[in-house]
Amino acid sequence: MSKKYDAGVKEYRDTYWTPEYVPLDTDLLACFKCTGQEGVPREEVAAAVAAESSTGTWSTVWSELLTDLEFYKGRCYRIEDVPGDKESFYAFIAYPLDLFEEGSITNVLTSLVGNVFGFKALRHLRLEDIRFPMAFIKTCGGPPNGIQVERDRLNKYGRPLLGCTIKPKLGLSGKNYGRVVYECLRGGLDLTKDDENINSQPFQRWRERFEFVAEAVKLAQQETGEIKGHYLNCTATTPEEMYERAEFAKELDMPIIMHDYITGGFTANTGLANWCRKNGMLLHIHRAMHAVIDRHPKHGIHFRVLAKCLRLSGGDQLHTGTVVGKLEGDRQTTLGYIDNLRESFVPEDRSRGNFFDQDWGSMPGVFAVASGGIHVWHMPALLAIFGDDSCLQFGGGTHGHPWGSAAGAAANRVALEACVKARNSGREIEKESRDILMEAAKHSPELAIALETWKEIKFEFDTVDKLDVQQ
Amino acid sequence: MPFQSTVADYQTVATLETFGFLPPMTQDEIYDQIAYIIAQGWSPVIEHVHPTGSMQTYWSYWKLPFFGEKDLNVVVNELEACHRAYPDHHVRIVGYDAYTQSQGTCFVVFEGR
Repeated sequence: MSKKYDAGVKEYRDTYWTPEYVPLDTDLLACFKCTGQEGVPREEVAAAVAAESSTGTWSTVWSELLTDLEFYKGRCYRIEDVPGDKESFYAFIAYPLDLFEEGSITNVLTSLVGNVFGFKALRHLRLEDIRFPMAFIKTCGGPPNGIQVERDRLNKYGRPLLGCTIKPKLGLSGKNYGRVVYECLRGGLDLTKDDENINSQPFQRWRERFEFVAEAVKLAQQETGEIKGHYLNCTATTPEEMYERAEFAKELDMPIIMHDYITGGFTANTGLANWCRKNGMLLHIHRAMHAVIDRHPKHGIHFRVLAKCLRLSGGDQLHTGTVVGKLEGDRQTTLGYIDNLRESFVPEDRSRGNFFDQDWGSMPGVFAVASGGIHVWHMPALLAIFGDDSCLQFGGGTHGHPWGSAAGAAANRVALEACVKARNSGREIEKESRDILMEAAKHSPELAIALETWKEIKFEFDTVDKLDVQQ
Repeated sequence: MPFQSTVADYQTVATLETFGFLPPMTQDEIYDQIAYIIAQGWSPVIEHVHPTGSMQTYWSYWKLPFFGEKDLNVVVNELEACHRAYPDHHVRIVGYDAYTQSQGTCFVVFEGR
């Protein structure tokens, strides 16, 4: 079956457009939304994407005859219209498993969203979804603990976890910062969080923060009789410093640390997740920079891909947006990717933006974190959307309480428990939200004040990135 | 208005996790929650502990988990029997989910003193 070397430039589609191909169970499948330059046929654009994200380059090269490219090449096996959009189309591409290093999300992304995104024949390109084959999933560590283990460690059952970010984001000294943590936790929150941009600045070096926070967590735990935690942000300048911070959190007997997986990078994240697994530490994951990558409807990477990548790289909690708060994200799309964080099998469902069946096997689940511009009035909707395996975080909605953070925390805790109780006893919590909250406020002056304070605040802007459906 | 007159003093309360911030439930409200446990297909489990041990991971089982029990009255009677046998103990009910090996829910029904 030897071939002759024929120098020159071939059309990509001669090699990489294979509509008769039936994908293997071990193939990694990807769906790209492609918008080609005018006049370039769809098959050629799609084949170019397959080629440039796998084995191909712009010219035929002699050295490809030293291997069996038929075995290694990525193939575009299907092209579909994008509903309601004439200039773009979906290209489905199958990549053989051996193109990727075992357990390396970094390697998968370097291939799939590397050079090809700058390719001139394309005007826009967006990676909509990836189907990871079980053969690849089994090589990834995944969440260091997962939902079940986290619940057992924190002793929280039958309801979402309740948290908040410490505010102001920047500028507090270590001791003042610890005070705010203490106020929130004694008021009834389970967890508090370092803001993502709190690392180790001149006004508050990390060791200072860790020590005061640890004291606050232990004191609140002692006084309330409940288990408390604070996500100590270990995102750092170098991996060495990141591990040093993680080790110190462990020394202080803290249950959970935090990492920013996109700005910190997948290699650092996977390393830290492995460290957490070895050291019995929970890992909270922030997603700063995601909107740069995932918000444009025609270019970049959809967040469902970034969410799947995080579950494989490792994390026990991941920010997912709130649907109802100040940040972007529509309900169906959000449900689609939180399924991919938490479930063991997620079927293809275009109405939720999931392009493939995704089998996660025994990989543990990740808590969905809803945070950003939410307050007590949102509680019923948040519980209905996110369910119990979530962490609801109210920053301004805690510290903004007229009586301070402890009272704000208590108001949120009362509201949450009232909604859970109402749901369990069969009430429709979204429809009856007002009644449920007002009833609960009769027993809680903190909640009554909170309801009064935030009654007018809404964030009703239309979503920029919508699911592709015929309008 | 002077600052002090509008701000209330928030006092820390010791609580027992889920539903710890709600007023004590009426009998009917407790029945509703147990009915929810049964409807989810979870097994009711009754556990108790002396208040000094409330932060322990393991509370004592009352008998064994009531695997597959669907009768609300059986569960209610067992809760009351546990409370009679250990009147000074906290008594909690767990909805145990064998599929996730986790507790679907868990809350204290009787608080010991």
